[in-house]
Amino acid sequence: MSQDNQTTRRQPPRGGRHGGPGGGPGIMAGGEKPKNFKATLRKLVKELSQFKVRIIMVFIFAALSAFLMILGPKILGNITTELFEGLMNKIRGTGEGINFDSIKQTILFLLGLYVGSTLLAYTQGWIMSGVSAKITYRLREQISLKINNLPLKYFDKTSQGEVLSRVTNDVDTISRTLNQSLTQMITSLTTVIGVIFMMFSISWQMTLVALLILPLSASLIALVVKQSQKYFKKQQDYLGHVNGHVEEMYGGHVVVKAFNGEADSIKKFNGINDVLYDSAWKSQFLSGMMMPIMMFVGNIGYVLISILGGWFAVKRIITVGDIQAFIVYVRQFTQPVAQIANIMNIFQQTAAAAERVFEFIEEDEEVAETHNPVKNVEHNGNVEFKHVQFGYDPEKIIIKDFSCQVNKGHNIAIVGPTGAGKTTMVKLLMRFYDVNSGEILLDGHNIKDYSRYDLRENFGMVLQDTWLYNGSIWDNIKYGRLDATDEEVLAAAKAAHVDAFVHMLPDGYDLLLNEETTNVSQGQKQLITIARAILADPKVLILDEATSSVDTRTEVQIQKAMANLMKNRTSFVIAHRLSTIRDADLILVMNEGDIVEQGNHKELLERDGFYAELYKSQFEEDFVETEGLI
Amino acid sequence: MLKLIGYLKPYTVFILVAIALLFVQALTELALPDYMSRIVNVGIQQGGVEDAIPQAISQETFNDVSLFLSREHKEAILGYYELITQESSNYREYLERYPALETEPVYVLVNDTIENNEELKLTFGKALMAYSGVKTGGGQGNENFSPPSGITIPEGADPFKIMRLLPESIRLQMLSDMDKMVDVLGESMIKQSAVLVVKEEYQKLGMDTDSIQSRYVFRIGLMMVLMALLSTAATIMVAFIASKIAAAVARNLRKDVFTKIENFSNVEFAKFSTASLITRTTNDITQIQLVIVMIIRMVFYAPIMGVGGVFRAIEKSVSMSWIIALAVIILLGMIGIVFAIALPKFKKIQKLIDRLNLVTRENLSGLMVVRAFNTQKFEEKRFREANEDVTKTNLFVNRVMVSMMPIMMLVMNGIVLLIVWVGAKQIAESSLQVGDMMAYIQYAMQIIISFLMLTMIFIFIPRASVSANRVHEVLKVDPEITDPDNPKQFPKDFKGEVEFRNVCYRFPGAEENILNHISFTAKPGETTAIIGSTGSGKSTLLNMIPRFYDVCDGQVLLDGVDIREVRQHDLRDHIGYVPQKGVLFSGTIESNLKYADDDATLDEIKKAAEIAQATEFIETNEEKYQTPISQGGINVSGGQKQRLSIARALLKRPEIFLFDDSFSALDFKTDAALRRKLKQETGKSTMIIVGQRIATIKNAEQILVLDEGKLVGKGRHDELMKTCQTYQEIARSQLSEEELS
Repeated sequence: MSQDNQTTRRQPPRGGRHGGPGGGPGIMAGGEKPKNFKATLRKLVKELSQFKVRIIMVFIFAALSAFLMILGPKILGNITTELFEGLMNKIRGTGEGINFDSIKQTILFLLGLYVGSTLLAYTQGWIMSGVSAKITYRLREQISLKINNLPLKYFDKTSQGEVLSRVTNDVDTISRTLNQSLTQMITSLTTVIGVIFMMFSISWQMTLVALLILPLSASLIALVVKQSQKYFKKQQDYLGHVNGHVEEMYGGHVVVKAFNGEADSIKKFNGINDVLYDSAWKSQFLSGMMMPIMMFVGNIGYVLISILGGWFAVKRIITVGDIQAFIVYVRQFTQPVAQIANIMNIFQQTAAAAERVFEFIEEDEEVAETHNPVKNVEHNGNVEFKHVQFGYDPEKIIIKDFSCQVNKGHNIAIVGPTGAGKTTMVKLLMRFYDVNSGEILLDGHNIKDYSRYDLRENFGMVLQDTWLYNGSIWDNIKYGRLDATDEEVLAAAKAAHVDAFVHMLPDGYDLLLNEETTNVSQGQKQLITIARAILADPKVLILDEATSSVDTRTEVQIQKAMANLMKNRTSFVIAHRLSTIRDADLILVMNEGDIVEQGNHKELLERDGFYAELYKSQFEEDFVETEGLI
Repeated sequence: MLKLIGYLKPYTVFILVAIALLFVQALTELALPDYMSRIVNVGIQQGGVEDAIPQAISQETFNDVSLFLSREHKEAILGYYELITQESSNYREYLERYPALETEPVYVLVNDTIENNEELKLTFGKALMAYSGVKTGGGQGNENFSPPSGITIPEGADPFKIMRLLPESIRLQMLSDMDKMVDVLGESMIKQSAVLVVKEEYQKLGMDTDSIQSRYVFRIGLMMVLMALLSTAATIMVAFIASKIAAAVARNLRKDVFTKIENFSNVEFAKFSTASLITRTTNDITQIQLVIVMIIRMVFYAPIMGVGGVFRAIEKSVSMSWIIALAVIILLGMIGIVFAIALPKFKKIQKLIDRLNLVTRENLSGLMVVRAFNTQKFEEKRFREANEDVTKTNLFVNRVMVSMMPIMMLVMNGIVLLIVWVGAKQIAESSLQVGDMMAYIQYAMQIIISFLMLTMIFIFIPRASVSANRVHEVLKVDPEITDPDNPKQFPKDFKGEVEFRNVCYRFPGAEENILNHISFTAKPGETTAIIGSTGSGKSTLLNMIPRFYDVCDGQVLLDGVDIREVRQHDLRDHIGYVPQKGVLFSGTIESNLKYADDDATLDEIKKAAEIAQATEFIETNEEKYQTPISQGGINVSGGQKQRLSIARALLKRPEIFLFDDSFSALDFKTDAALRRKLKQETGKSTMIIVGQRIATIKNAEQILVLDEGKLVGKGRHDELMKTCQTYQEIARSQLSEEELS
């Protein structure tokens, strides 16, 4: 659990959504770029295309809503003009004065316009939320389906945290972009185009001035961004260093203390901390300058428009209301332009997220099932390895040529030092991996000729890693065979000595295992996994260091439970306790991924090879004599 | 949040400067709409003429205007003017400004104090207005200014000539009648009309009215640019101060927190958990930093801006204040409603996402189990349920949230319309000018935005306050283990005898002791092994020696000195500790080994590595001792880590070695070789080993058997096999009968 937390924590902050104050951190963060923007975009569009009608509607609504909003200032300006002219007439003593009827009508018309725009905007948002929810749901669903259809090989190179972050972070990014950025893009584009149009309709000279401001603000911003990005990166780097140092020192604090390393550690920390401070305030300051600079440029525009507009109004080229409208337009204009820049950045992050999601969804699945799986085989649990050759990496064969015959009910032990690849055999047997050449037969048929489902029906597993899920103890036992009756579950629980302790727990069988499964002990967990395997009633049993992490007393119980389990079944036992191994019918000795010896305990000792050495080392020199007596 | 306020104290002056600058920023920001309104009101509407008092007026016009003044008023006004004729000494000087001087004498304003005489200004304004009314009205029959009843002006006649002919008393009567009518129009209207007369008079005087107007517009424009510059400068300075203060506070906090935590004992680490301490040192403080910037730049700014906006708005029009109040109430109410609906759901969403994560994580961590039991469908169903829950709730929240923006826009626009409607009425009544209304709209927006900013704060502050509390929790801890005030020294010829005297220990908050009355002595040159089942307290016991935990009762003595009476630094100088999980730091193999002794030579390092059986894998690496070790040592295996940790402890050449189950990741062969070598090399040291494997500890001179915190056996292997039941049980589970015999 803590490991997962770490993986998520270590992930660099994706993108600049967590907008700090001062604006524009989105641009600062730079963001990650997808490898293939176009291809990913195409896939995303394809994903969207099933909602074609709705999305087109959303686009139309968004554009219409923005369009109606844009009309507002100009019409409002007309009212101002009307007021102004009316007033002037009144002062000059000419004309009718202010025409309230027409103002009233205009205001009502505007109100209608605004209400319409609001309704359109909301409808659009409503529809888009729906579409985004559906797509998000589907993507997650696809990922989930994929998890169970990927070859295990895939997970050798991809960490859990990575897959997890696709389900949540990446899909979330896509969802948010669909929800907000996509329509924002439409709205912004419409606004920009509409505003330019409206501005031109008022005065082309003023529009040109307003447009001239744009490159000014763009280049100013570019300048600041360039500067701040330098410090931003430095800040991120040093934040990482601080994190790294802190993690290391806290994680190894006993060592730090034992070696009196506190002073050094604090000294080093202060060094990093000072650099972090320096880059932190600089990047913060520079990114904080964005808003004032943009505001200043905006204000300059405002002033220029006021002056120019005033001048034109004097010359009677435009009206007072037009100035008012124009000022509003200039303000409306800079905002979406900045927004579009930001959205482009978000799109890039989204594409990167989508790319990861699609990559995962399109990952090669397990080798296809055979078309005519063998059916109705009578299963006994006879296993045969025939000239099996295998390597996780085809270039690096680790099992060179392995053959052996295992008869039903036999007990096979796999031994070897840590990292010798003991679980490889198991993984081959259950077809988590496919052999490179040779074949594995179960009850006379190549395991490739079974459907995976049928094949795995024959196996039961108890692993050192006691995997249980966040459900009740009862449900966890039932996991072995979901259609088992209550009596069967209870029988399995009894056989595995679960029944013996379960009544001492708060809710008995209904005790809900918590997320970290810390409310039952390690030994109890192991017993539950054994009960689960008993319930599954497999022909072939696989036990992988099932007792290594429990204390002695529990171990005795587990041993008994396992003995129950192994009765009349073919079993493969991976173990390091020699006492478990000695009675095995066949011992496979593995070293560095390869099977170096096989035979029973006696034969192997007589051979005086690797096994013998391994065995001896356990008892040190002074035991050599005793050993001779065996 | 407030608990950390002390960290801001050194920067009080800067904060005050920042606040002052914020005032500048707000005032300048607020000045802009006002200037804009002046451009509209004065620049456009009044043609750049600011005042109803003419700077100059021709004698002819004044004579006509004075018809609408009483004698006293006329005298009073003339007191401020000087009549310039061709004979005047300063004629040349004025000719340029007033070209009409060439043909007629002109009154020029020489005393500016008339500005302060409001009554006179008004009277003069009325006269100017009346003059203009009569002048134009004469031709067009303007109802406002038609001559008083009973007097008919013949068509085409000069009304002023006629008026001059009137007897004084009738003229005065006429004036007072007119006064009443004009008063109805209000001061503002009088002023606006008078200004137009002034402007016409200027034209008559041959002045360039166009340039007056454009000069005015440019002058105000320049002021606006200056204001904008000032505002920008203030904002940037505030940003500068804010970023510096925030970064400095963050730096100081980080430093204090880190230093504090470096002095934590295992008890405090266990209390907070390492992961949480890391977050508190990094993320939480970054949060605080961001919020400090926010507070300085926004939280302080919003009220200044809001209050300033209110003042400005009231200045423009008191009667429309209710509109702004209405807007604020509606918006806040709306935000309140949206959040009341959405907030509980937000919390729920977090839970549902956690659930989705959990299900996915379980599926991922149980890949093999899932496939082995053919329960893929079951897992998919579990995921689908979690996914559906998340999606549904998310959709609901999204649909509530997307309503925010449109409705907010609607309210804002509605407010603008309301201001225009109410404003229009007031403009018609002349109590408001058009430019003022335009400014008012902008003030209203600024006030509303200030309020919105403040609501944002209520969302951010609680989040930061959680972080601040978490940081404060760390800072306020008094570490349980501290150095004594008057530390003792160990004897010069320190031997390394470890003695436990009746030691008890209980974890804070636990109900039972983890160690109960433990007494034993570990002698130099001997190996003492500790064995017992998980949770029996063997690691805890070992960790008492370097004072990672302090005894609750009893004493731990080194060469007869209670370890609580010496400095931790001195104590640990004598101890070589090898943790259970080999802990390495990022760097190289060499830097990790040198962690024990910075001055160690390469030969010494090689020697230590050889004893620790690490030479083999170090030498097979191309870079040998310079092989990089990544953070957490993830690029070396567990066994390699343990061997490097042992080599590190060896380099320290301590009197006491502590091995906390440090051989567990080694295979039997390496384990055996290592221990043999170790025994040879560290002959005189005290060795204390915690072990799980009987084989590892069998040869110890003294074996301590722990069970549930009690010492249930003490002796050699053979003795314990006879006397200690717990030891027998452990041994049996690991070795077969033959091997035990």
